Amino acid sequence: MVRPFKQAESGSEMSDATINQTGSNTGEAGFGDYFALLKPRVMSLVVFTALVGLAAAPVAVHPMVAFASILFIAVGGGASGALNMWWDADIDRVMKRTARRPVPSGKVTADEALAVGLTLSVMSVVMLWLAAGPVAAGLLAFTIFFYAVVYTMWLKRSTPQNIVIGGAAGAFPPMIGWAVATGGVSIESVLMFALIFMWTPPHFWALALFMNSDYENAGVPMLTVTHGRKVTRKHILVYTILLAPVALGLCFTSIAGPTYIAAAVILNALFLKGAVDIWRRDEAAAEADKYKVEKGFFKLSLAYLFLHFGAILMDASLKSWGIWG
Amino acid sequence: MSGFREPHELHKRRGGLNLGVGVVLALFVAVVFGLTVAKVSTGGFQMNPGGNMGQSQSQTGGGN
Repeated sequence: MVRPFKQAESGSEMSDATINQTGSNTGEAGFGDYFALLKPRVMSLVVFTALVGLAAAPVAVHPMVAFASILFIAVGGGASGALNMWWDADIDRVMKRTARRPVPSGKVTADEALAVGLTLSVMSVVMLWLAAGPVAAGLLAFTIFFYAVVYTMWLKRSTPQNIVIGGAAGAFPPMIGWAVATGGVSIESVLMFALIFMWTPPHFWALALFMNSDYENAGVPMLTVTHGRKVTRKHILVYTILLAPVALGLCFTSIAGPTYIAAAVILNALFLKGAVDIWRRDEAAAEADKYKVEKGFFKLSLAYLFLHFGAILMDASLKSWGIWG
Repeated sequence: MSGFREPHELHKRRGGLNLGVGVVLALFVAVVFGLTVAKVSTGGFQMNPGGNMGQSQSQTGGGN
């Protein structure tokens, strides 16, 4: 496949010294550069949410099977990250936030990223099938396909709704974790999927509000670029309003306990208030305080997701200890 | 008799990468081994659970 990206000269730029182990002085890729292809930070979110999905399921899983399954889900998520870096190398080079990634910085070639992505994709799906069965493996395969092909290759550069639909890729891990334990799909796993799916747009649009020039320079049609910031602020509010019933809906399922109910009520009230604050502001006010409210909302969105899933995990633990349920 | 030669500069440069790949492969083998033990101990690898094995045993018993 012909890519528009012309590979930067090897060693022309230093990549992050903290993750580059051997190649920092030579321009040659070290182990850390290949590991960075897997987007470790995204992978940590995948591991966490998949673990919660698995732990919340009403079926006990052998610890070794659980460990191996989470590992292969993480590898699959990382593989899709490598494929994303292969395809997006040209725009990653333009954006400040992504310019230090292994491919745009010239540490790893785009072909190597493709090879790593494809190899790990196949390996992770096959191994998850052996560890946990066809449903979990099928969901992982679909997740990789959705992120690499539907989001990265198709939606990201063609529609301002890119992250709305593309957010589904990041929403699958708890569903896969649930499928590892139960071998199927249920209302609980669908709602966990919906929680991340509905959370993704306000999370990324808040980021886009204060990183707008990055997307504009790269020609990525983020909502802020195509429809302006006022419309983006309105969209953040609408999606946050739609997110609340999904998060509160989980309270009525078998996986929610006192921790989740308390967390959902408090976090959704805070998130809604943050979205209203963003909606009421104009650009002059935002520029005056250097996007303080938008940055605060973005940080809150990270805590929002972490605490919702943390609460599900806590309730699952309380159940297993016989304290609740 | 010549002693050990100085490692080639290329080997020095790629030492970290080779070590990392080696560790990953070793971990992969360990995970597959652990998974196999877990599956065997929980009956996850039974070829036809509750099926032919029971039948063949009863047939054998019937033959006696």
